[in-house]
Amino acid sequence: MTTQTKKPLFPTSPKPFVHPYFGGMVLGVVLFLALLLTGNGLGSSGATSRFVTAVTDVFAPDHVDRTPYLLKMAGGDKNPLDDWIVPVYFGALFGGFASGLFNGRLKFETTKGPNISNRTRWLMSFLGGVIFLYGARMARGCTSGQALTGGTTLSAGSWVVMFAIFGGAYGLAYFVRKLWN
Amino acid sequence: MNFPLPEFITVSAANPWTYVVFAVIGFAFGYTLEMSGFGDSRKLAAQFYFTEMTVLKVMFTAIVTAMVLLFGAVGLGILNFNQVWVNPTYLSSGILGGLIMGVGFIIGGFCPTTSLASASTGKIDGMLFMLGGFVGAYLFGETERFFTNWWNNAGYYGRVTLDQVFNLPLGVIVLLVVLMALFMFWGAEQLERIFGKKDLSKEPKIRVAGAGVLFAAAVVVVLIGSPSLEQKYNNLTFTRTETIEQLNADPIVNTITYTADQMLENRLVFITPAEAFKAKYDQGINPVYLDVRSEADYNLYHIEGAVNVPSERLEEVIPVLLSEPPANTVFMVMSNDETAAVAAWKLLSASSVPNVYILEGGVNNWIAFFGQDDPTLAVQPKPEAGDDELGYIFPVALGSQYESCSPNPIEYEDLEFVAKIKLQLKRDKSGGGCG
Repeated sequence: MTTQTKKPLFPTSPKPFVHPYFGGMVLGVVLFLALLLTGNGLGSSGATSRFVTAVTDVFAPDHVDRTPYLLKMAGGDKNPLDDWIVPVYFGALFGGFASGLFNGRLKFETTKGPNISNRTRWLMSFLGGVIFLYGARMARGCTSGQALTGGTTLSAGSWVVMFAIFGGAYGLAYFVRKLWN
Repeated sequence: MNFPLPEFITVSAANPWTYVVFAVIGFAFGYTLEMSGFGDSRKLAAQFYFTEMTVLKVMFTAIVTAMVLLFGAVGLGILNFNQVWVNPTYLSSGILGGLIMGVGFIIGGFCPTTSLASASTGKIDGMLFMLGGFVGAYLFGETERFFTNWWNNAGYYGRVTLDQVFNLPLGVIVLLVVLMALFMFWGAEQLERIFGKKDLSKEPKIRVAGAGVLFAAAVVVVLIGSPSLEQKYNNLTFTRTETIEQLNADPIVNTITYTADQMLENRLVFITPAEAFKAKYDQGINPVYLDVRSEADYNLYHIEGAVNVPSERLEEVIPVLLSEPPANTVFMVMSNDETAAVAAWKLLSASSVPNVYILEGGVNNWIAFFGQDDPTLAVQPKPEAGDDELGYIFPVALGSQYESCSPNPIEYEDLEFVAKIKLQLKRDKSGGGCG
């Protein structure tokens, strides 16, 4: 009887991340292809808004028809999910998963600074999500839709948004340093 | 081939492949974010304590790579920049929203798309950020009504790109952004050395070569320059819908994309005197009558309110036409017949002036149509009139003082015509980016 060590299909220990400049270059090519083929860039926060609106539209269609921001997406017979950003959103979820799978990084864990509990980190990430998406909808796009895509197409407003994001984060970083250091 | 491909511009159930295309783009997006380490909030937050500048490096490498490729393709005339979504500028909501996002970033440790990469690889904090995001998006939808006017109007400048802000050629802006990014990369590495105690000698040397390639590519973009007017004209596309009535069924609506030459061939940009006249009384239209004839002809007879810009001076006024504020402005160009008007239409359309139409048959046709009932107009037809010449003999130059220069709207209330004006208010694409 021979012992055969079978190589696992997917790595079990995490592989190192790619070099930032390489990752950025690949991302840049993806973004360029998106703009070239479809005229649209990348994004995701718009889809978040559309999911929420779709749910609201099921339970309170009258309310949607009276709310100016929502009726643009779901007023009357409009289907809020009928937008390019929705498949991009699901694609990004699967893409992240695939990369985690092929590089051995699929693991239930919490990424946090060394001096806070899991519970604090969970609360903070939830709160951060609430605040970030509120701001993203206000600015009509997040780091992907405004900073990345708008930065590439040289939109004046997007460059302003990009600096505002970094400004907000750097401005507060010192005061919340306990969260991360 | 002309990019972007019209069939991919919007997703639609009629063309299910579009869902696949966008899903593949999203897949590649999520994959690159995860492989760059953006599933880990510590890597993202480190950016704001200068210990690891991965966020800045990835983001700006992506921006400059995509930008150089994009404007290279635009310069070569492969890609029509007018068809590319450019985030409209809303200064006030952009700045406040950006600052709020920054707060969310440092507290939550993610941005929306990186939280997807994080959540899908099993990170619980990433999942909670995603969940919080739904709440945040919901709250915005519910509160927007309290400041909807501010949100929609404050600091609104529309589609503005940096070259317009700084009044420099696009290529030069591309080069400047590349130089700025290279400087930022250098600065970021210094910060990592100081704050992150990183040994820079272990960094791959090839990155210096990469910087060189990037710089060279940006110089090439400057050298290619912007596409010529002729290229821009050939890249123009117009969409029109065509309704086919069906017996016992809903009419079929087809969307057809035409090139500029096809628009002329099919006479889709020629409007009858009746439509040109009615436009004046249409609440939805802000008409501008552009008379491109010589000043002498203009003085003999012109439509009331028409602006005289002789053909040879047309190019000078393009910047003014482009900055014409109301989006519902319709430019109606006219010459004596059509030759000069068609040339003007080509020039204006190629220069991205929106909503340009041609008065069918020119001023001669206008006179033939409205002048027949005009007792003040005593003119003789000029039988030997050449191409695009005034077809009537005017004994005096009375400009627009004839009745037919401003026909009575009550008298001409019922006019039948096939409406050709189709307002192109914005690009026919719903919000791009995260919009």
